Amino acid sequence: MERVVERVAVTGAEAVANAMRQIEPDVVAAYPITPQTPIVEYFARFVADGVVRTEMIPVESEHSAMSAVVGAAAAGARAMTATSANGLALMHEIVYIAASYRLPIVMPVVNRALSGPINIHCDHSDAMAERDSGWIQLFAETNQEAYDFTILAVRLAEHPDVRLPVMVNLDGFILSHGVEPVEFYPDDLVKKFVGELKPMYPLLDTEHPVTWGPLDLYDYYFEHKRQQIEAMENVKKVFPEIAREFEETFGRRYWFVEPYKLDDAEHVMVALGSTNSTIKYVIDELREEGHKVGALKIWMFRPFPKEQLQELLNGRKSVIVLDRAVSFGAEAPLYEAVKSSLYEVAARPSLGSYVYGLGGRDIKPEHIRKAFEDAINGNLIADEQRYLGLRE
Amino acid sequence: MPVNIKQLAQEFDKKEIGITQGHRLCPGCGAPITVKFVMMIARHLGYEPVVGLATGCLEVSTTIYPYTAWSVPYIHNAFENVAATMSGVETAYRALKNKGKIPEDKKYAFIAFGGDGGTYDIGLQSLSGKIERGHKVLYVLYDNEGYMNTGNQRSSSTPPGSDTTTAPVGKKLPGKVQLKKNIVEIVAAHENVYAATAALSEPMDFFAKVEKALNFDGPSFLAVFSPCVRFWRVNDDKTVEISKLAVETKYWPLYEVERGVYRVTRKPRQFKPVEEFLKAQGRFRRLLSRPDAKEIIDELQEYVDRRWERLLALEEVTKDKPIR
Ligand SMILES: Cc1ncc(C[n+]2csc(CCOP(=O)(O)OP(=O)(O)O)c2C)c(N)n1
Ligand code: SF4
Repeated sequence: MERVVERVAVTGAEAVANAMRQIEPDVVAAYPITPQTPIVEYFARFVADGVVRTEMIPVESEHSAMSAVVGAAAAGARAMTATSANGLALMHEIVYIAASYRLPIVMPVVNRALSGPINIHCDHSDAMAERDSGWIQLFAETNQEAYDFTILAVRLAEHPDVRLPVMVNLDGFILSHGVEPVEFYPDDLVKKFVGELKPMYPLLDTEHPVTWGPLDLYDYYFEHKRQQIEAMENVKKVFPEIAREFEETFGRRYWFVEPYKLDDAEHVMVALGSTNSTIKYVIDELREEGHKVGALKIWMFRPFPKEQLQELLNGRKSVIVLDRAVSFGAEAPLYEAVKSSLYEVAARPSLGSYVYGLGGRDIKPEHIRKAFEDAINGNLIADEQRYLGLRE
Repeated sequence: MPVNIKQLAQEFDKKEIGITQGHRLCPGCGAPITVKFVMMIARHLGYEPVVGLATGCLEVSTTIYPYTAWSVPYIHNAFENVAATMSGVETAYRALKNKGKIPEDKKYAFIAFGGDGGTYDIGLQSLSGKIERGHKVLYVLYDNEGYMNTGNQRSSSTPPGSDTTTAPVGKKLPGKVQLKKNIVEIVAAHENVYAATAALSEPMDFFAKVEKALNFDGPSFLAVFSPCVRFWRVNDDKTVEISKLAVETKYWPLYEVERGVYRVTRKPRQFKPVEEFLKAQGRFRRLLSRPDAKEIIDELQEYVDRRWERLLALEEVTKDKPIR
């Protein structure tokens, strides 16, 4: 198969829907919520036009979307759905169940602020509320990454040593509705890469009946959780293998994190998602002014790539963490994870926590520059949560 | 031609029902009998059952890890979503069949079981969604008229005057004051659905309805009157007797609604007063000792009488008019 890519300008939603078209899952459950809606709309069109042989379940709620996807996956089907914010929150109970049943479900999550008051714009409060649910969480900076991760996630979820569901996070409106050039790989190449699902203990195998979701009391539950913990640990081993194969097939390299101008960087910014593009832009400017600044983009938030952070951030002068979510009464989630990762490094950098962009508030280059300047001027105070773009 | 009990018993002397002994439901509980009746007919008709359960007594008592009483594929997801879960299972089946990954000739029966809490209340949305979308799943409600797994709390199926922990009969309040929600009417109000009631005391009627439900080309629903011996405070050998009383007092009329056409399937020549049904159970004891007991009994009597008349009228007017 030849690698003839098609370069098109599309929204993130269209990019993800196209990945889903190429994956051609057996079952897709769909429920609309802004800004996720166009994903299921595009996909419904593919189904209506007979482009894919997927059975779609237009459910009556996200709770049923996740429930149906759990049923379909347990039955032995490759199953997907997509959601945002309140939809994800409504699924919450079943999001945990999907992970503990070790079902290889892939779900794009178009990140949006969680109510209330209701707000439809981007932040990461929805994804952060599920960070302990047992799902693998990937975050895309660009539409290309959202497309690529959707494809890659299938392999990761279905790997026999993992068998865990994957959330592909993409920033609401910024990516989902923003148009960017994306290289679509040929259908046959994607199909070959994702391969066929090898279901484990499918319900439809009546010759080998299995009881899914029994009552699991104190004599076994703990051990089962331990197995889930191991599966999550295995991601650290399996992901680089799959990423290598992805690179060989499609020519794009992914890893747990993406370093940007990091080699000699003294001040490093850490963030999730699309804001990394703005960070890179500011880094280029600051570099021209002679400042040794860089970034460490987090591609994989769960499992958290602690080892990579330790290796790459040890000995830096400062680390500035940008969070698009808060944890009321505690440190912002990404900051907390970065900080705890750096506890063990030999030469701990000084740390700064910056919360930005809640409810879709713009993050501008000058905000990022301000945070870098704080670092450069030695004006970071660990555990002082600061805000970017907030009227005080 | 429907089978009789003797034939079924002979058949299942050699065949597995799908739910085995060894579950931990209370002796006399209506739920396992309900399951057995449904599964026996499904297996007798040559179906391969795939079963889903809502959280509740039946679920927690049949699958205590590492044991399971189920010898057919089984899934429990959560309390409120058995209908949505089985929607997914049934859709997966269609998808895999279309792609040639499932043998064409395999005859699956997708069956969801839920208690009244999981059906009338928290699971109603998911049940309605499943029916509206037309998933060919038989939903079997075992109606024990309360949340029994959590210790006898009221549900919207609990009858007035029944003593429960969240609506107890007290000095001021006579327990639950509302009437039982009419789940069959709600289900029957969907288009293209088969809905029926059944009682353990009427096995032939029960069997015929399971057969109809499974062979129905669309979603089907069976509401089974399922005594909870523990919280109804009756002896564990009274399950069938209480079911019989429920039918004979019009408390649990036996009927079916097939695409909007009503048919009353049992018409006792003589009815007993509903009071007899109440008196036979400890859950009404505190109500019956209240000074206002008569008012509540009269209200219930009036309700069951009127509903019966209404059912007969519906049977008459919907005859040969499959509007749904
Ligand atoms: C979301 C949620 N809320 C509450 C519960 C607790 N719970 C488990 S079973 C149950 C009641 C079940 O009642 P019913 O459906 O009538 O079945 P039964 O136990 O009577 O057989 C409740 C309240 C739960 N498991 N999940
Ligand atoms: S408590 Fe009631 S419903 Fe539950 S197992 Fe016992 S008899 Fe059955």
